[in-house]
Amino acid sequence: MITVENLTKRYATKTAIESVSFQVEKGEILGFLGPNGAGKTTTMRIVVGFMPASDGTVRVDGFDVFENPLDVRRRIGYLPENPPLYPEMTVAGYLRFVAKIKGVPKEKIGAEVKRVMERVSITDVQERIIAKLSKGYKQRVGLAQALIGDPPVMILDEPTIGLDPKQIHEVRELIKGLAGNHTVVLSTHILPEVEQTCNRVVIIDRGKIVAIDTPQNLRFQLQGAERVFMEIQGPVPEITSKLKAMPGVIDVHTVGSNDGRHRFQIEGELKKDIRSDLARTVVQSGWGLYELQSASMSLEDIFLKLTTAEERE
Amino acid sequence: MRNILAIIERELRAYFTSPIAYVVLTIFVFLSGLFFRSILAQVLQMGLMSQLQAQQLGPRAMDMPGMITRGFLSTMSVILLFVMPMLTMGLFSEEKKRGTIELLLTAPLTDLQVVLGKFFAGVTFFIILLLTTWIPTGMLYLYSTPASGPILTAYLGLLLYGLALTAIGLFISTLTENQIIAAVLSFGTIMVLWLVDVLANNAESSTSKAVLTYLSILSHLDDFMKGVLSTSHIIFYMSLMLVALFLTYRSIDSLRWRG
Ligand SMILES: Nc1ncnc2c1ncn2[C@@H]1O[C@H](COP(=O)(O)OP(=O)(O)OP(=O)(O)O)[C@@H](O)[C@H]1O
Ligand SMILES: [Mg+2]
Repeated sequence: MITVENLTKRYATKTAIESVSFQVEKGEILGFLGPNGAGKTTTMRIVVGFMPASDGTVRVDGFDVFENPLDVRRRIGYLPENPPLYPEMTVAGYLRFVAKIKGVPKEKIGAEVKRVMERVSITDVQERIIAKLSKGYKQRVGLAQALIGDPPVMILDEPTIGLDPKQIHEVRELIKGLAGNHTVVLSTHILPEVEQTCNRVVIIDRGKIVAIDTPQNLRFQLQGAERVFMEIQGPVPEITSKLKAMPGVIDVHTVGSNDGRHRFQIEGELKKDIRSDLARTVVQSGWGLYELQSASMSLEDIFLKLTTAEERE
Repeated sequence: MRNILAIIERELRAYFTSPIAYVVLTIFVFLSGLFFRSILAQVLQMGLMSQLQAQQLGPRAMDMPGMITRGFLSTMSVILLFVMPMLTMGLFSEEKKRGTIELLLTAPLTDLQVVLGKFFAGVTFFIILLLTTWIPTGMLYLYSTPASGPILTAYLGLLLYGLALTAIGLFISTLTENQIIAAVLSFGTIMVLWLVDVLANNAESSTSKAVLTYLSILSHLDDFMKGVLSTSHIIFYMSLMLVALFLTYRSIDSLRWRG
């Protein structure tokens, strides 16, 4: 449903993300996990067509976000990091406005607004002025806004931030309820959140993808399986087959490329250090080795950062 | 089209739920009443004078209602210079501050629709202001028979002038998140466009004099006020508006890039 390829975004002063690639299947809930400043918001803003990428492509349901922005935006419900609310409007008035700009047919607007308000339990505050709502309610109005028009893809940037534990639970249940009919990408810097809601996790740190896996496998990783990242210049099919044939290697695949250099993710057998063997093979085959990194180590670092972030909540 | 209407409607509601609309309307109507009264008094005095002169020199024709509307609507054009920045200051800056710009720019709308929606919201409010000047102008029709031609062209001129001012303010409000800064910058820009013809008086060469005079935003209204319709003035206001709208459009584009 969503294909992100080699996405790079350079702001005037810094590179926020670098060759980020991942895919989201239809009906899946994908968690985008990373510490502050990792590039989660930047990636999402590009996917929803708010800002153009410096490099790379995004396709949603087959449409390129740069070439057919309106086709992409019609298919996406987006909850930005800060809910985009007009404080002087009433909840229902605001949602009617959103329905209009999203092109919901006039005669269906009333029913659609009612539907989303029920979905996030805000029907009782529908005539209240948004400025007077509590933070939790505001967040839910933001979520309701994303649900208007029932788009097949939902992009939610930190949907549970600022909510109390009961509300967090409700929102997570709601998101789980979307799965199946909807494709959901949500960002968070809270590890338990992805374990509870997501089918798959993309871990991103300082603009680069560190791992893509199921939450279970990531747990497993943490308990000592070997994963190595390598950046290699050379022919992808040959590198893949050659590395795969090595003893101790379970699986090899690419997770992005940049200027002819490819980033490989290599799964190794537990408790076996295959790093020096890998390096030797690559160099002896005459390919360029640019980076070699043991992922289980850096994953731990990142999880440490994530956990401390959660404790501060 | 429906999308554009939705943006206009929301913006007009926002005008009238904030104090700005009422403050602007009150100031404008109060000032227009005040100036109408003083212009009326002035013209009446002149009428009296010419009556005295007529006893000695013979009668002379004098278009009193025309003088009144001309004086009044010219004064209004100056007041609008001060009022318009208050109408346009929040159009984009508030969206940026509240983050709602992210809603508009990720909705299935083109940037052009967003820009036009905002522009016509400002224009609609401007037209409401302009309509309030019909109260004193209309009163003239009760007590005299003014020539309608010059009044119509004067209003057409004011409309074009308002379109240009709205577009300029709209562009400037894309540049900042702070609506006070937007208002001050718009006011400064409009001031410069107003006063360039003062510079023209000191200009050395005749071409630079001509250029500076041409740029002056108020000088193009004079002919409209006299009942003269000339395409060159229409083109001036229309191109000013189009340039400002184009800059607004580009500014939104660059806002997307910068994030
Ligand atoms: N408009 C911008 N201009 C310049 N730099 C920016 C801009 N937006 C983000 N950045 C930088 O890009 C990097 C990634 O930011 P981003 O907001 O995508 O991170 P994030 O993962 O969403 O973080 P958080 O968890 O704090 O929301 C950060 O270092 C940030 O300072
Ligand atoms: Mg963020």
